[in-house]
Amino acid sequence: MSESTKPVTAIKAPVHLEFSYTAGRASTRFLHGMAEGKILGQRCPECGKVYVPPRGSCTICAVPTEAEVEVTGKGTVTTFCIVRIPSDSLSIDPPFTCAHILLDGADLPFFALIQECPFDEVRMGMRVEAVWVPKEELGPTFESIKYFRPIDEPDAAFESYKEHL
Amino acid sequence: MAAEQGRLSATHVLEYPYRRSVGPIMGQFFTGLRDRRIAGVRTGDGSVVVPPVEYDPVTGAAVSELVDVGPLGVVTTWAWVTTPRPKHPLTRPFAWALIKLDGADTGMLHAVDVGSAEKMKTGLRVKPRWRDERVGDIRDIACFEPEGS
Amino acid sequence: MRDVAIVSFAQAKNVRRELDANEVEMVMPVVREAVEQSGIPRREIDFTCSGSCDYLAGQPFSFVSALDAVGAWPPISESHVEMDGAWALYEAWVKIQIGDIDSALIYAFGKASMGDLPDVLTLQLDPYYMAPLSPDSVSLAALQARAYLETSGHSERDLAVIAARSRKDAKTNPAAQLTGDFDPERLLGDPYLVSPLRKHDCPPISDGAAAIVLAAGDLARKVSKRPAWIRGIDHRIEAHGLGNRDLAKSLSTAEAGRRAGVGDGNVDVAELHAPFTHQELILRDALGLANDVRVNPSGGPLAGNPMMVAGLARFGEAARLLMDGQASRAVAHATSGPCLQQNMVAVLEGE
Repeated sequence: MSESTKPVTAIKAPVHLEFSYTAGRASTRFLHGMAEGKILGQRCPECGKVYVPPRGSCTICAVPTEAEVEVTGKGTVTTFCIVRIPSDSLSIDPPFTCAHILLDGADLPFFALIQECPFDEVRMGMRVEAVWVPKEELGPTFESIKYFRPIDEPDAAFESYKEHL
Repeated sequence: MAAEQGRLSATHVLEYPYRRSVGPIMGQFFTGLRDRRIAGVRTGDGSVVVPPVEYDPVTGAAVSELVDVGPLGVVTTWAWVTTPRPKHPLTRPFAWALIKLDGADTGMLHAVDVGSAEKMKTGLRVKPRWRDERVGDIRDIACFEPEGS
Repeated sequence: MRDVAIVSFAQAKNVRRELDANEVEMVMPVVREAVEQSGIPRREIDFTCSGSCDYLAGQPFSFVSALDAVGAWPPISESHVEMDGAWALYEAWVKIQIGDIDSALIYAFGKASMGDLPDVLTLQLDPYYMAPLSPDSVSLAALQARAYLETSGHSERDLAVIAARSRKDAKTNPAAQLTGDFDPERLLGDPYLVSPLRKHDCPPISDGAAAIVLAAGDLARKVSKRPAWIRGIDHRIEAHGLGNRDLAKSLSTAEAGRRAGVGDGNVDVAELHAPFTHQELILRDALGLANDVRVNPSGGPLAGNPMMVAGLARFGEAARLLMDGQASRAVAHATSGPCLQQNMVAVLEGE
């Protein structure tokens, strides 16, 4: 016997799908590098651009990138944003700053967290370095790098990163 | 992550808790299911479409006249599932079928619990087996079963 | 109407699981080969259109990451369909007809191995009446198979013959996944998977990618000695509800075939996107193909069925036969949706 006499206006239609991804050749190399405390990129044989993290292809030349290049964890903030919106999925409390970081020797910036710096002092051109997890915690994951922190170097000149904005 | 011969893999679960509004035509159909009634909709040429559609499949005109059909119906085609998958309506072997309910001109898809493939045939007369707790969902019909059961 | 031709075709080997390459790495060699074969420099190809499905990848906008394989900087004119790449080809064909472009790169890819394909395909069904019951694609095909066998006079043996022929022909196709010599009588001894279908009546699950380059009129003649001209192309779709359709006949294929002009001349060969054996018979009936028309010399989807690719691959295989001079008039077909719900038919002719 149904309890409700109100007309039905909706149905529950939940979706649940499970996937198993493999990392792909370029990402696999990169992630194994992470496990060894190294940052690996790939260079395009045609235009010479270095992709960190590598994707296996040069997005401009549409050719495979295979030549491996190791870069240090030092780089420049090319742009940044201050996160203020709280969310259950955040592991740190806002406000905090994330930035695009162009590692020395790479041609593509990537997105990372900035810490050990007041959130409102992050600036374009700021020089930073990667802070890794303790050696015994290194693994094939981007999370081997905890975050980036400022280093004691003068800000990079705008000319040096203006093509990478 | 699992590492095997250098290969790296990771699992990913995608879940969405969708709740879909049903509108006035399907709403009447699902409300009917909750009350153990099955309805179809009469279209422009007089035929009754089950389950109901909001617009005439041939002319595109809005339809509005709901008509009770069944509860008995006839199997117009079927397929025997030897090994049910986890999300299937039944956990023991069963038949999928298109069932044309009495008074309907189209078949509706559902499961038929008949015991064995040998007992299943096109033309079998079936009736709905209703779930005890009904909420207004196609699964308020747990499955269909042979007329005599 | 402008003359449009397929001037090149390349595809990756269909495999059950591509565990080493990601989609970009899978697509890139295929795209490069198709572009090189076409004779048109990549930067002179006017338009790029792809077919793929986010649900296979478990990610919205998953096709965007694959653009790394085609070089999308500086910006390119590009589009995408959440469908088999055959519909990406159709979109490009329309753009050529309008006169916007003279050439197009079409590519398609799918890694069904990453998820549970039957669960993924269930999500394309009516979300109110069908998806909650979770009927998988083999079950739905089986409903259609019985409806067809009970009304056509064909038998399960006829289906086993198609299964055996397809895997045998696939031995000559380097991209095929499932090949070999099978005896139809022995196949009939296997248990049903979902009756009346047995395992051999069903396609394998495949990861794969394919690419085609289209060129119009004089450009096609300039770059190719033997372009495969698309003389007619059309696609039609049927009602969503399985019970609202005649599953034993593919009326949409018949209509698309009429409009594409299948009956206007002799057909040497047909590459039909029939993932299930009984569907080949339904499509033959719908297209009115004579008994001597060779169907799926590539092995067809029964030898390799990468989702979102297999339809485009039929166009490519048919075109290749024409470009190689092995046939002069071919039919290519692609399908989408459960039980042949939507169908595209093209008539291709050699130079």
